[in-house]
Amino acid sequence: MSEINKVIKSYDDAIAGLQSNMTIMVGGFGLCGIPEGLIKKVSETDIKGITCISNNAGVDDFGLGLWLKSRQIKTMIASYVGENALFEKLFLSGEMEVILTPQGTLAEQIRAGGAGIPGFYTATGYGTPVAEGKETKEFDGRMYLLEKGLKADFSFVKAWKADTMGNLIYRKTAMNFNPMIATAGKITIAEVEEIVPAGELDPDYIHTPGIYVNKVIKGTFEKRIEQKTTK
Amino acid sequence: MALTREEIAKRIALEMKDGDYVNLGIGIPTLVANYIPKGINVVLQSENGLLGMGEFPAEEDVDADLINAGKQTVTADTGAAFFSSSESFAMIRGGHVDITVLGAFEVDQLGNIASFMIPGKLVKGMGGAMDLVAGAQNIVVAMQHASKKGQSKILKKCSLPLTGVSCIKKVVTDLCVMEIKNEAFHLIERAPGVSVEQIQQLTDGTLIVEGDIPEMQID
Repeated sequence: MSEINKVIKSYDDAIAGLQSNMTIMVGGFGLCGIPEGLIKKVSETDIKGITCISNNAGVDDFGLGLWLKSRQIKTMIASYVGENALFEKLFLSGEMEVILTPQGTLAEQIRAGGAGIPGFYTATGYGTPVAEGKETKEFDGRMYLLEKGLKADFSFVKAWKADTMGNLIYRKTAMNFNPMIATAGKITIAEVEEIVPAGELDPDYIHTPGIYVNKVIKGTFEKRIEQKTTK
Repeated sequence: MALTREEIAKRIALEMKDGDYVNLGIGIPTLVANYIPKGINVVLQSENGLLGMGEFPAEEDVDADLINAGKQTVTADTGAAFFSSSESFAMIRGGHVDITVLGAFEVDQLGNIASFMIPGKLVKGMGGAMDLVAGAQNIVVAMQHASKKGQSKILKKCSLPLTGVSCIKKVVTDLCVMEIKNEAFHLIERAPGVSVEQIQQLTDGTLIVEGDIPEMQID
């Protein structure tokens, strides 16, 4: 068995090297599939000036809402503000820079960043405020925008299972942005529900191969639900 | 009588064809799933990474890892698949989704749609809406025809920041069904008991009325 072991025991180890004014990508969609412990850990530090890339920014007192509350984010790149009152307030007042990005463009920017692709053309956002200042090009009679790939100093992802070599498996819609974000960080940390020895996960079912993952930490998850709906 | 939110959803459900892959936006569009006609089988795509979205779960089946794009807990239907956000938008941007239903603040006669922010007042964010309007083959907008104060949302030209340009071909409001073509709204059906004059009065854009306009058939 391989001797590579990426498992770390403490959140201090997890965020070693993280400094103010860095770019951090955080996986999750709403509160689903977010690295809860890593987010909380950063909220307890003096780190500020963060450029944060994540689809949403949590809710007022949970998830990335904690970073908003502590004013640690300088620039937020996200697709949806939704019902997060503090996010909306910081945006409208100009206290925080917000780069609203279409969800599919954001996903592809992160995928491209992790895959070594500096930019790509998409029809999404053409003729809208998203297109301002961007290069356009016509292909087969339709107009497209040039969008750049995105990378980060740190990527925080949440997975269901990891093995000690950093191979990851996600569960249901908690996958969302996590697989792309795992590829786009200089340092990628996976916070997971369960860690098993290398060899126990079926290689046919690995979502994120361990090459992208630097550190694995076992978290405890509250898994808060934003909109509990039943029949 | 103007349609309720549920009735707008019911009317839009009639647009679905057997075998369609369908993406439903947040709000009224989500309700469409409740009214898909019998004998019509559609597969619901939720852009957070689920194809084959099922109904809301029973209390004991609620799973925090299984939500829709509106962050509501849902179930996965037989034959469902989970995938990443980039895969999800490959389906959307790549034109693989047959029909998209979404809400709007405003639409105009050029087929433009505004739905993600009111400058200085309200920011929702576009979420996946810009990708959906750029990628779907067939887009239906579900919206109120006018504000509570009677200000039309069916315009000559949108006043709010746009979500997409020249992409909307069909609009279902609480008053009527319209198609957008040749830089005009074409009235197709009226809500039961709503007159052409009432619709005309609350429509800012050019409204073309040809012949008798039937009432919608929703029971």
